[in-house]
Amino acid sequence: MADSSLSHARASRIRFAVFLGAPTLIWQLCFFVVPLGFLVAMTFWSVRNFRLQPDFTFANWSTILSAGFFQSAYTYTFGLSALVAVFVSVAAFPVAYVLAFKVRPSTRMLLAGLLVVPFFTSFPVRIYSMQIFFSPNGLINTALDAIGIAPISVLNSPTGTFIGFLTLTAPLVVLLQTFALVAVDRQLVEAAHNLRCGALRTVFTIVIPAARVGLVVAGAFAFVLAFGDYISPQFLGGSNPPTLSILIADQVKSGNHWPRASVVAVIMIATLALVLGALLKLAYGGRKPS
Amino acid sequence: MTRTRRASLLAGVLLIGWTVLVFAFIFAPVVSTVVFSFNADRFPALPWGGFSLQWYEAIAADETIRRGLWNSLVVAFGASLIATFLGFTAAYVDYRFRFFGKGIYMALAALPPTVPVVIMGVAMLTFQGRIGLSGTIPGLIAAHVVVCAPFAMALVRMRLADLDRDLEPAAWNLGADQWTTLREVVLPFVAPSLFSALLITASVSFDEFMIAWFISGLNETLPVRVLAMLQGQVSPRINAVGALVFGVSILLVVVAQLVAARRLAAARLKGSDQ
Repeated sequence: MADSSLSHARASRIRFAVFLGAPTLIWQLCFFVVPLGFLVAMTFWSVRNFRLQPDFTFANWSTILSAGFFQSAYTYTFGLSALVAVFVSVAAFPVAYVLAFKVRPSTRMLLAGLLVVPFFTSFPVRIYSMQIFFSPNGLINTALDAIGIAPISVLNSPTGTFIGFLTLTAPLVVLLQTFALVAVDRQLVEAAHNLRCGALRTVFTIVIPAARVGLVVAGAFAFVLAFGDYISPQFLGGSNPPTLSILIADQVKSGNHWPRASVVAVIMIATLALVLGALLKLAYGGRKPS
Repeated sequence: MTRTRRASLLAGVLLIGWTVLVFAFIFAPVVSTVVFSFNADRFPALPWGGFSLQWYEAIAADETIRRGLWNSLVVAFGASLIATFLGFTAAYVDYRFRFFGKGIYMALAALPPTVPVVIMGVAMLTFQGRIGLSGTIPGLIAAHVVVCAPFAMALVRMRLADLDRDLEPAAWNLGADQWTTLREVVLPFVAPSLFSALLITASVSFDEFMIAWFISGLNETLPVRVLAMLQGQVSPRINAVGALVFGVSILLVVVAQLVAARRLAAARLKGSDQ
């Protein structure tokens, strides 16, 4: 009797746990794991007479991997994303430093709150605004003309894409770096000051090593965002030269060649996984267990 | 003034100057969107052409934009409800249970936003195309729930971290079953975060354009409409739509924050009375 009520209670506990745990599991399996799995499977399918056919061929892989346009797009996308990640990390650091160490906590809250604002404006609309700023007769060239400086040409070039990537990543990187710096132990910084360590030396020997994980994570986010972005290279870079995401969109939207787009997508995921793995190892590696 | 004093003053000025510059870069596109949405001139250039609501009137009269707005609202409503429910259950599972494979479960619940949206878009298109969901509103909701649910989970999980771990076992000892405890103890406690999660997931879904661009088909959402307009000619109507989307999103988030803050304050007040 007691035994059966015990097992009954146990069964009801398990039912409770399964009922709560199952919905997310089922949903993410159906609409996240299966689509991504299907994407991998589709790389082996073939297209005949513009129709998809289940198949097991490596033709898509060999076509894409050996295509000159893919190789140059891969190098370009990877290189530019890495450059942006490094550039935005360096450019954001002084700002995060000011927010974390130089202003009052209330001011910091206000500025950090402001940094969230861009996330709630449509990114394509922000990029459209950047077009207005940088177009040949745009705001910046008008201003440059007024003070007698030759106009700059940015749109439809890698510089345009670069500016788009900065627009996309800067708010997030400043925020993440600020969080990382706020978490640095103040006593360490003060101890360095008391030992007559200069500001610059304190930053490089105390602050940066202590905040390393957060700083690397911020840079990693910048890389991931830039690597997958379609809007900047399309509307500021004029898809000149094309990036991987533009290749995907073109293959799907106009070429109607989904298997080849899938190959590019799978290569992108693999690249991101490798880069993130390497960066996390860099962030946590060589660290003494605390 | 010593040389080091002067150097540190200069460094301070440079630091502040750089900070202002970076903030200007971050906010320039946001500000210009709002400012030029009220510009009377056809072309967005300085000097400003005077105040006008004509671009708002133009988008209000545009049938495709009205339909896009409606689709976006329907999708955001459905996606936020489901995503908040899933986010809550996943956060509670993480808070309450330990089980084999929990790491994988939590990765499934948290990882979708790290996959580039362009890839999610292709994957959704190929998969939903197979099962006939592509191009439908339910298909859009299904895809948006995947990217929204992790945000809801993070919000609820943060709130649950403040819930005393002994509170539920205490209720069980007093004879409440797990469902009752969940309803009477856990749900009231996380209610503010559930409300925030509803509004923030709605805003994430409302702004999502890339996945929707791949799978929306004829049922365009508003951001997808904007993308189509971007590919056309330059038009200040984009600024008007952008400012509108911005207004709606900010409103949702501010309401979410206010409600969370008020509930929290009310809860504290109640606590101090006893």
